[in-house]
Amino acid sequence: MSQAFLLIFEFFKTGLFAIGGGPATIPFLMEMAAKYPWFTMQELSSMIAISESTPGPIGLNMATYAGFRTLGMFGGIVSTLALVLPSIIVIIIIAKFLEGFQENRIVQAVFKGIRPAVTALIAAAVINMIHVTLFTEEAGKLVPQYKGCILCVVIFALLQWKRLQKLHPAVWFLVAAVVGVVFQF
Amino acid sequence: MVELWNLYVAFFRIGILTFGGGLTMLPMLKYELVEKRKWITEDVLLDCYAIGQCTPGIIAVNTATFVGYKRKGVLGGIVATLGMASPSILIITVVAMFLEAMMSYSVVQHAIMGIRGGVCGLMLNTVYTLAKKSLTKKDQENKLHPDKICVTICAAAFVLAFFTPIPTVVIIVFAAIAGVIIDKMAGGVAA
Repeated sequence: MSQAFLLIFEFFKTGLFAIGGGPATIPFLMEMAAKYPWFTMQELSSMIAISESTPGPIGLNMATYAGFRTLGMFGGIVSTLALVLPSIIVIIIIAKFLEGFQENRIVQAVFKGIRPAVTALIAAAVINMIHVTLFTEEAGKLVPQYKGCILCVVIFALLQWKRLQKLHPAVWFLVAAVVGVVFQF
Repeated sequence: MVELWNLYVAFFRIGILTFGGGLTMLPMLKYELVEKRKWITEDVLLDCYAIGQCTPGIIAVNTATFVGYKRKGVLGGIVATLGMASPSILIITVVAMFLEAMMSYSVVQHAIMGIRGGVCGLMLNTVYTLAKKSLTKKDQENKLHPDKICVTICAAAFVLAFFTPIPTVVIIVFAAIAGVIIDKMAGGVAA
């Protein structure tokens, strides 16, 4: 029961502070992975892949998945509901009382400060994810897993090509899965 | 009652037909809400999209709550949001159960290790694209230049996030305060 309460608390917090949609939830999920035994940072990278390749907004998919990993079907449902609850409260208040909210000077100033910080938070989370996914620690030294590192760099390089940017992420994950099986990752 | 059911169904459809979320949803929302059902005008949709982007939470969810509230009040907002969240809950639960059962096969393990490498590549690109968008400003000739204030905030937030145990929430609150202070200072200079 206390696990369910913690799950609700963490996802409510994520819903309240993850500004900028899906990817903005990743720093919060990394924090959960570090703090609780619910899921590992390595598992988080496969959760991202599944959330991006299935229908539905990424943020909601990740909440359901993380909740499911922690407490099964019940966990998936309560995490997702906890994630959307702040939105329901905040949006209804804004729609009811705050005409022209998005044009308000202070609101704009606040978001001008938050946006670059969110970029930094996501960058830090991704670097952490790469560290735990593509490197192993042996005798206190970081050893890269060469196959994974090469695949990561190749995909990043290919994504700089405009025509490939339009491909759905699921296509990349399928390619990565086949590469993983063929080259025995 | 019928109206509420329609709201639920409409947002269930939008949820199930959305891959990715965020901006990729806009055409879908426009078709379902503006063209097909004529519930809102395109202006209202763009308005609530703007609000969805500068409020906390998932943009798709914020938009659902806003449109639902405009149609049928508080209950409408709740029903529309539940409609949006239902496909995720259903689909991810099934996929997760299926995957847990398959994890013992070595083929699946190799595939997942490959996918993890792929996710890292894709996420690097997400950060790169986001940085280009959020840390630059356009000059009169429409060329992109780094915005010094944004780069400074980003660098400071990165140092705090990466090298200190300060919680994510605290960093976001700091950044919001920094935004207001910078705005006040800029206003003072202009006046």
